[in-house]
Amino acid sequence: MSIGGNIYKAGNAREFKTGDWRSICPKYIPEKCKQCGLCFPVCPEDAIPVNKEVKREDFNFDYCKGCGICAKVCPFGAIVMEEEGEE
Amino acid sequence: MGIRERLSGNEAAATAMKQINPDVVAAFPITPSTEIPQYFSTFVANGTVDTEFVAVESEHSAMSACVGAEAAGARAMTATSANGLSFMWEMIYIASSLRLPIVMSLVNRAVSGPLNIHCDHSDAMGVRDSGWIMLFSETNQEAYDNLIMAHRIAENKDVLLPLMVCQDGFITSHSIENIELIEDDKVKEFVGTYKPEHYLLNDKEPISIGPMDVQAYLFEHKHEQAEAMRNTKKVILEVAKDFEKMTGRKYELFEKYKTEDADIVVVCMNSTAGTSKVVVDKLREQGIKAGLLKVRVFRPFPVDEIAEALGNAKAIAVLDKADSLNGAGGALFTDVTSAMYVNKKQVPTVSYIYGIGGRDTTEKEIDSVYADLQEIVKDGRVENPYRYLGLKEEK
Repeated sequence: MSIGGNIYKAGNAREFKTGDWRSICPKYIPEKCKQCGLCFPVCPEDAIPVNKEVKREDFNFDYCKGCGICAKVCPFGAIVMEEEGEE
Repeated sequence: MGIRERLSGNEAAATAMKQINPDVVAAFPITPSTEIPQYFSTFVANGTVDTEFVAVESEHSAMSACVGAEAAGARAMTATSANGLSFMWEMIYIASSLRLPIVMSLVNRAVSGPLNIHCDHSDAMGVRDSGWIMLFSETNQEAYDNLIMAHRIAENKDVLLPLMVCQDGFITSHSIENIELIEDDKVKEFVGTYKPEHYLLNDKEPISIGPMDVQAYLFEHKHEQAEAMRNTKKVILEVAKDFEKMTGRKYELFEKYKTEDADIVVVCMNSTAGTSKVVVDKLREQGIKAGLLKVRVFRPFPVDEIAEALGNAKAIAVLDKADSLNGAGGALFTDVTSAMYVNKKQVPTVSYIYGIGGRDTTEKEIDSVYADLQEIVKDGRVENPYRYLGLKEEK
């Protein structure tokens, strides 16, 4: 916390964690995931990390706002939306 | 020691500003504070100060210019009254929330309408919760002294809040009184150079000021402001101690005038305290244990200290020179009674609204308040706690 909300360095949007805005939360089920690559390009928050093998990993909940687009596009039911705070 | 002078309250404020020699003054004329920027602009014109004087087109712009200047790393000052302060409203909150230690001279006047240019405290009471430190001044001397102490308080790194020094419009602003000024070099040394830690014109550290704060942070920033306000009490007392060393004039959070053993106490602010002291002296001669508590530091409000000072009284009257129009007494009354309740002090207390729109408040009227308090002391009963002093009866 800086005084008065002053910003002392550039490129700091990453530090602004917005995940607590979420009211519903995606759950990733790796057993059902075929790594088809449809979910991460549609995430508006870039909250689905992709590793060097171009495989997606679990959600980055620091930024995921629970919009549910990823669950909608997943053809295999590998992403389900749950109430936030259930787990 | 000191320079004997005779100055009006406005001259005293302008003289303090001259000696402080701030980097920027931005102000717009409004009665009764007009003379402050007027006198100050002559100091600028004749080279007595090297301040950048910004002749703005409105008070909103005056406070905006002060915000900009202070954020840039400059020491900024302004002066206003009543509707001028109302017009600054938006920027008043910006100044305090960005933690910019701007210093303002507020010459108290009734906020319209109907139109009135004379003294009451409705302008100051309107911004009492805006995060500004508020010092009240009984006399020209106090208005001057409070301004000399202002920057040391506001710019302290545990504080970093804007500060306004209030004095009564016309009653002190236009009355010439004896005053003891401090030598220029002593003021300069006392006030010191403004050295902000972070500022916009620092090319070594590019910064953004006033970004979007949303749900994740605003709560914490407001809490930090409140904490800074709590820290201010300690800093005010430290600065007052240094000031006393320099001048011999002692300042505290409030002045206790014969309250030590007092049964009946009046609480008020600014020039009315002077009238009340005369009444207290006369009552004391008659053997009546009367006292006066004059609030100097209204924000932060010294809750515990006031409760301590008033705890042994038998009846209290709180005089407000502004009606809160809430049907439940003035703002000072609410703060005093809240302080007493929280500190478990149970003393019959009444609110008097007085002096609205410059209505004169005389010794006779203050005397009637003490007479009312003596009645209350007899059986401890308060018939109507929400009273008016000097209100004309319908005929």
